[in-house]
Amino acid sequence: MFTELNSILNIAPDSITQGEFILVSDRQSDASFLIHHFLSLFLRARCRVLFLSLVQSFNHYSAVSQRLGVSLAQAKEKGQLVFLEGLKESLSVLIPQETDAATLSPLSVVRDPAVGLRSLYEFVQFRVSSSGEGRTGAEEWGPPVLLVDDLSVLLSLGVCAGATLDFSHYCRALVCSQLQGNVVMLTRCDGDQEEDEGNNEGPERLLKGLTHLCSLSLHVQGLPTGFCRDIHGQVEVCWRRRRGNGQHMQKKLFQYKVHDKGASFFARGTSSAVL
Amino acid sequence: MAAPMSDAAKPSAERLSFNTTSFQKKTRTKLISIPGSRPSVQNGQLLVSTGVTSLDYLLGGGLAVGTVLLIEEDRYDSYSRMILKYFLAEGVVCQHELFVSAAQDNPDDILQELPAPILDDVAVHTPVEQPRLSCEAQESLDAMKIAWRYQNLPKVQSALASSSRFGHYYDVSKTMEPDIRQTAKCHRFYLPEHPAQASPTHSAMLESYSALLKSLQEVICKEGFGISKSRNILRIGLHSLGSALWGDDLCCYDNPKNGHALTTFLYGLRALLRSSLAVAVVTVPSHLIQDRALMGSITRLCDNAIALESFKGSERETNPLYKDYHGLLHVRQVPHLNCLANKLPDHKDLAFKLKRKQFSIEVCFRGYSAHLSFLHKQNTVFSGCALLLNSHNTHSPNNTHQPRLHTENCTF
Repeated sequence: MFTELNSILNIAPDSITQGEFILVSDRQSDASFLIHHFLSLFLRARCRVLFLSLVQSFNHYSAVSQRLGVSLAQAKEKGQLVFLEGLKESLSVLIPQETDAATLSPLSVVRDPAVGLRSLYEFVQFRVSSSGEGRTGAEEWGPPVLLVDDLSVLLSLGVCAGATLDFSHYCRALVCSQLQGNVVMLTRCDGDQEEDEGNNEGPERLLKGLTHLCSLSLHVQGLPTGFCRDIHGQVEVCWRRRRGNGQHMQKKLFQYKVHDKGASFFARGTSSAVL
Repeated sequence: MAAPMSDAAKPSAERLSFNTTSFQKKTRTKLISIPGSRPSVQNGQLLVSTGVTSLDYLLGGGLAVGTVLLIEEDRYDSYSRMILKYFLAEGVVCQHELFVSAAQDNPDDILQELPAPILDDVAVHTPVEQPRLSCEAQESLDAMKIAWRYQNLPKVQSALASSSRFGHYYDVSKTMEPDIRQTAKCHRFYLPEHPAQASPTHSAMLESYSALLKSLQEVICKEGFGISKSRNILRIGLHSLGSALWGDDLCCYDNPKNGHALTTFLYGLRALLRSSLAVAVVTVPSHLIQDRALMGSITRLCDNAIALESFKGSERETNPLYKDYHGLLHVRQVPHLNCLANKLPDHKDLAFKLKRKQFSIEVCFRGYSAHLSFLHKQNTVFSGCALLLNSHNTHSPNNTHQPRLHTENCTF
């Protein structure tokens, strides 16, 4: 949990706004450090977290969360965290063994991308709604949170952008509107923004669709002036829908630097290396 | 590097304990010690050498076990193939197991071209000679008058001692001896030997990639490279994935039909490697891939990525700026596994040179000194003209024309 980012976003572990769809995106950069921030934040806020990890193993998140002061193994044991290891699941689908015939894995989309993400959504629905009810001796957890690291890898596996947008829309309807929880999704882009993509598929379309869907977006980019050792990039924070304060969007731009145990955010030009 | 001192109080799983004191920190996970690997000083991950010591330095000390290194091939596939051979040769010297796959050349041919390691000694032959020479050896040892302290040390080290080092040097002009090469167990995958079978799934992956992935998983399971029970590391070298010989049209069209075959395979490879003690080097002919976004997603699915750009055949070969080098090297991606921040190399202008005993990667200073010498030559030409003008211009005796012309030329 990065304290400076909490003060920028006006979130604290004891005061979480509910029903938010937070989009973390990056362009030619790496925004995965923000996913670690949100994971530790929501675990500290005692929410029920469902984490779909599609690109890294459990040990990676566990090691980083240890440095941020949260133990994932403990949270998993207590039932606060449900962790889907996408890599392991998809391996059993990609290399079909003779034994598992009838089991429908949540990532069976890898076997046949044309089928879509229905099985993944059903997994999310089952885990988010049912966990926390009917468990004897279970502690009371807060509203559910769905974290997805990295939605755009589904495009690399052959799923079309439309199906991925449908999946995120269904998740938003279920978690944000119905259950008053939060959703955090990471998507990554690679090209320059000015490139005109002839085809409608691809990460650009996914990014545009998700930006329209979200209520808070954090867009990470490299510095426009080039590579710098002390400033790793810039984050553009955009509040899309504010409740009660008027409907207009608010945008803010910060620069950041990622350390071993966190990240520091500062206004443009006020890096400690410069001042 | 001073960070571990401040965290000495916290018993975290990733911290190493150096055996300099009797105090041993209790670590929850046992550190596996396998010859040819060492733990990283940054996050305790197990690293292996790529065979090129300067590349190890760029990647943060070595290649982490469980990750993939993507090499974007240069135009004629000469230097990327060389790095692949270095990687496999390092595996032979460290006694790891090898897995080589290729579609174009037979993997046996690649294995026969491995460079010969430069060992510290002539160890392979002397154990036979030493008993016979013992009487002469005594006399020669007694004859040590100056270096008499070294009399009692053994004459040669064995080959095993040299393999406990991390990173070795190779002599490119010689190939590895067959008896050294045969000490390492090697698995092969040659695509023409695996006829295309109809796959039961409709996945985006092609049959050729499916067969390769299945073969890799079989080797990992049968030879026991799973994390819980393994005592050795598997080095996987995949040559020229994505080329048309795999049945992939990634390199042929702007909008390939099988656009997701290679990325699905790389996803499966990542899943395999994360759960086993194996490390992979993949070369891809990226100069044939037109779609930049696709290249970006391929890069993101691999953990480390470098690109080689050789000067052969281009106009840069004769450019005096680059006369010391064979090509440029771009580091596209460095992973940050088990930690938040990644350590990109400080310099972006890197150039490589393949010497006989070393593949060296250096920072290429983009010729400011060369620029200066070029402009100085221009200076002398202009100043020569100014002299001529001055000589015609007898009314202006001041020589301030000439220096002014100098300074104008100097501003760049």
